[in-house]
Amino acid sequence: MTCVTQPASPATKLMFQKIAVSALIAGFGAGLVAALLQFVFVQPLLLHAELFEIDPHTALDLVTVPRGPFDVAREALNIVFSALIYTGYAFVLLAAMVWAEDRGEPISPRAGILWGIAGFITMHMAPAFGLAPDMPGLNGADVEARQIWWYGTVACTGIALWLIAFGQNWAMWGAAIVLLAAPHLIGAPMPDTLTQAAPPELAASFAARTLGVALAVWSTLGLLLGSVWHSKLAEG
Amino acid sequence: MTKTIATTAPTQTKTSSNVLSVLAAGILGLGIITVAGHVQAATLHDAAHDVRHTTGFPCH
Repeated sequence: MTCVTQPASPATKLMFQKIAVSALIAGFGAGLVAALLQFVFVQPLLLHAELFEIDPHTALDLVTVPRGPFDVAREALNIVFSALIYTGYAFVLLAAMVWAEDRGEPISPRAGILWGIAGFITMHMAPAFGLAPDMPGLNGADVEARQIWWYGTVACTGIALWLIAFGQNWAMWGAAIVLLAAPHLIGAPMPDTLTQAAPPELAASFAARTLGVALAVWSTLGLLLGSVWHSKLAEG
Repeated sequence: MTKTIATTAPTQTKTSSNVLSVLAAGILGLGIITVAGHVQAATLHDAAHDVRHTTGFPCH
């Protein structure tokens, strides 16, 4: 006896196609912006920090990074992975935007920027509140423990922001406050010792610039998603 | 004798088709973020190293 299951309906395929095309266009575009901003503002700090990883004593004499040969393969990989990660963000963000649109919140470029800022708070700001973006050469707790905390914080913050935006009573807004605070009251995993090779001046600049770039790129991502969604581009 | 049973789904409304698409898109997005940002396999880690740091993921 053979059992034939019904394939996804044409309407489902069409909707998924529209989401996928929009997310790929906006995610790739935002990823390129991210790669450019990181190359200009963040990568020099990362390369500087790596000198301290190799030899802290020599590196202390160097205020700026000596310009080595341009590493084409390394920078190409950075572009590829920036595009890939922001495409992943684009799928998640657009999924939430479409879900909300079905419940009466239209998607537009202006709304897209707000969605982008909410994505930034969820995926960047909230995790960074406990685990500051760390450059090479910094000491950290076990990576698996930090990743578990990262996922937990992203999930709690995402649900909390949804409740703040779409909740209809104080019970929902109260739950949002608890969810926002819980990961930080529990606390992120910290290393046993705080010794580090790289100087704090570099680490502070690195964390601040990483967050600044992320806010700029998430806003761009939301704007692009809001613009592409109702354009002919999204129809594939 | 081979018997074929075709399960006939009810006509799907716009919203229910959107729910499936939204779930699929969300899962796909989280999958991409996990592979590009978190999986610790050596080759993947080395290739994504700079971007993981500059994007604020726990890297190593």
